[in-house]
Amino acid sequence: MDLYREVILDHYQNPHHHGRLEHPDASYSDANTACGDEITMQLKVGPDGRITDVAFDGQGCAISQASASMLTDQVIGMTLDDVLKLGRQDILDNLGGIELTPVRLKCALLGLGVLKAAIYTYKGQKPVVEDEEE
Amino acid sequence: MTIAQTHIATMTARRTGLDVRADFPILNRLINGKPLTYLDSAATSQKPRQVIEAMTDYYTTYNANIHRGVYTIAEEATAAHEAARKKIAAFIGATSWREVIFVRNTTEAINLVAYAWGRRNLKPGDEVIVTEMEHHSNLVPWFLLSEQIGFKVRYIPVTPEGLLDISVLPTLLSEKTRLVSLTHMSNVLGTITPVREVAEAAHRAGALCLVDGAQSVPHMAVNVQELGCDFLAFSGHKMLGPTGIGCLWGKRSVLEDMPPFMGGGEMIREVTYQGARYNDLPYRFEAGTPSIAEAIGLGVAVDYLQALGMAAVRQQEESLTAYALERLAEIKGVTVYGPPAARRGGAVAFTVAGIHPHDLATLLDQDGIAVRAGHHCAQPLHNKLGISASTRASFYIYNIPEEIDRLVASIQRAQKIFKV
Repeated sequence: MDLYREVILDHYQNPHHHGRLEHPDASYSDANTACGDEITMQLKVGPDGRITDVAFDGQGCAISQASASMLTDQVIGMTLDDVLKLGRQDILDNLGGIELTPVRLKCALLGLGVLKAAIYTYKGQKPVVEDEEE
Repeated sequence: MTIAQTHIATMTARRTGLDVRADFPILNRLINGKPLTYLDSAATSQKPRQVIEAMTDYYTTYNANIHRGVYTIAEEATAAHEAARKKIAAFIGATSWREVIFVRNTTEAINLVAYAWGRRNLKPGDEVIVTEMEHHSNLVPWFLLSEQIGFKVRYIPVTPEGLLDISVLPTLLSEKTRLVSLTHMSNVLGTITPVREVAEAAHRAGALCLVDGAQSVPHMAVNVQELGCDFLAFSGHKMLGPTGIGCLWGKRSVLEDMPPFMGGGEMIREVTYQGARYNDLPYRFEAGTPSIAEAIGLGVAVDYLQALGMAAVRQQEESLTAYALERLAEIKGVTVYGPPAARRGGAVAFTVAGIHPHDLATLLDQDGIAVRAGHHCAQPLHNKLGISASTRASFYIYNIPEEIDRLVASIQRAQKIFKV
C-alpha cells in the first residue's frame, strides 16, 4: 500500500494554483467537519463558458490538498458542465488509482465538491456541496 | 536522557506495570499484519473478557425487564442492575445509591443537568462558568440553553503551559454565577484540574459545581466527597465498560429539587388523566427501559478496576505518560501540548511539523497503531493553541512501554516518507 506516493507529496508540498485570484468570477469555501480540512476554490470563466483560471487555498491533510491541486491542473480549459460531470473515480485516477478508506475519501473529494459549489454559485444556482461518495 | 537511562526507565515502567493484557481479547488482533497497538483509550477503552462475559451471561441466562416482573429471572435482572448501581456509588464515594442516575454517557449526563436543573434555575442575566479546555459536550448544552434563556457563558482561561488559570476566579465569580461546570481532566492536554478549589470558590459565590469526569473517573481515584462538587458526570465505555451506559451523580438535596428530564415509564409514581406524581430518586430521571446489560457490564468493570486499585492505575499511567513525553521529546519536529506527567493523565496530544494529523494517523495505522487525529471535540481549545488539529495518543492499564517505542518508530517512518 503506497498511499503517500511521490506525486501526492509533491502536490502537497508544492501545490499548483495555490492562493487567491484578484477578480474571481466565483468563489466558494467549505470544510470537512470531521477533520477540519478547509478549501476555498476560486475561478474565472471565459466568454465560451470554459474555465480560464482557477486557484485554491486552504489547509488540511496531504490527500485533500494534493487532490485539490491536481484538480486545478485538470479543469483549466474545461467547460463548467464538464467539470460538473467529474466524479469520485476521476479524483481517484488523478491520485494514481490509490484506494482510500471512507473517511479518507471525504478528504480526497473535498476540493471537487467545493469547486462544483463555486460553479453552481456562478450559474446562480444553490451552492450545494454534493456527496460524491455514492 | 541517555540510552542507558531510557532503558532503565523502560524496565521500571515494565516492573510497575499492571499485568492485565491477557484479559483483553482484542489485543490479540493483527492490523496490517502487525499487533494492534491501541493508543486511543481517551476515546473509548477496550473491554476485558470479564465485562463481555457478564453481559453475555445476562442475555443468555436471565434476560428480562427490570423493576416490575415478579418472576425469577426478572428478579435476578433487577437485583443485578441495582447491584451495579451500588458498586458505582461506592466507587465514587456517593453517600447513597439514590444519587447515582444511569444515563447513556457523559454527554447525556450534562444535558440532563442543563435541561432539568438549568431550565428551572437559570434566568436572564445569570452566568455559567466553564473553562477554555472543555469538550464540546460541556459547551454546547449550555450554548443551546442560553439561546433559550439568555444567561451568559464565561470561561476560566488556560495558561500557555496548559493549566487552568484559577487566579481569575475571584473576578469571574459573582452573585450572577449559578454554576461552574468544568472538566476534571482535559481530553486533549491531559491536564488534571484543581476541582476542589474551584468547587469551594463556586460555593462561596452561591453557585453549584458540575464536574465532567469522563477522563478522570476511569484513570484515578475520584471521590465526590473529597471533590466537594454537586454533580459528577462520566461514561462507562471509557472505564472498561460497554457503550450506552454512563452516570450522573448528584448531591441528593440538589437532585430532590430537580424536575424530571424525560417523561415516560419508570419515572413516575402515579399517573392519572390529570397528571403524574414523580418517582423517587434515582428513577425520576430514568424514564423508559434502561440499558440493563450495559449497567451490569459497567458494574463488573468497576469490580475490575477496584481489584487493581485506582492508585495503581494512576501510578502506571503516570509512568507510561512520563515515558511517552520523554520519547516524543526526542523526535525533532514534534510539539507536545499540555503539562508534565505529574499534573496530567494519559492523554498526550502532539503535532509533527510538515505532516497533517490525518496523514500521520493513516501512516501509524499501517503499523497497527490506533491514535486519534482531529480536534477531539475541543475545537475552541485547538483554536487557542493555534492549530486546526492534533494527533492524540492516550493510554490505559493494558498499555506497555514497548507500544510507545512502536509509536516513536512509526512517527519517524512517517517523517522519512514525508521527507521532513
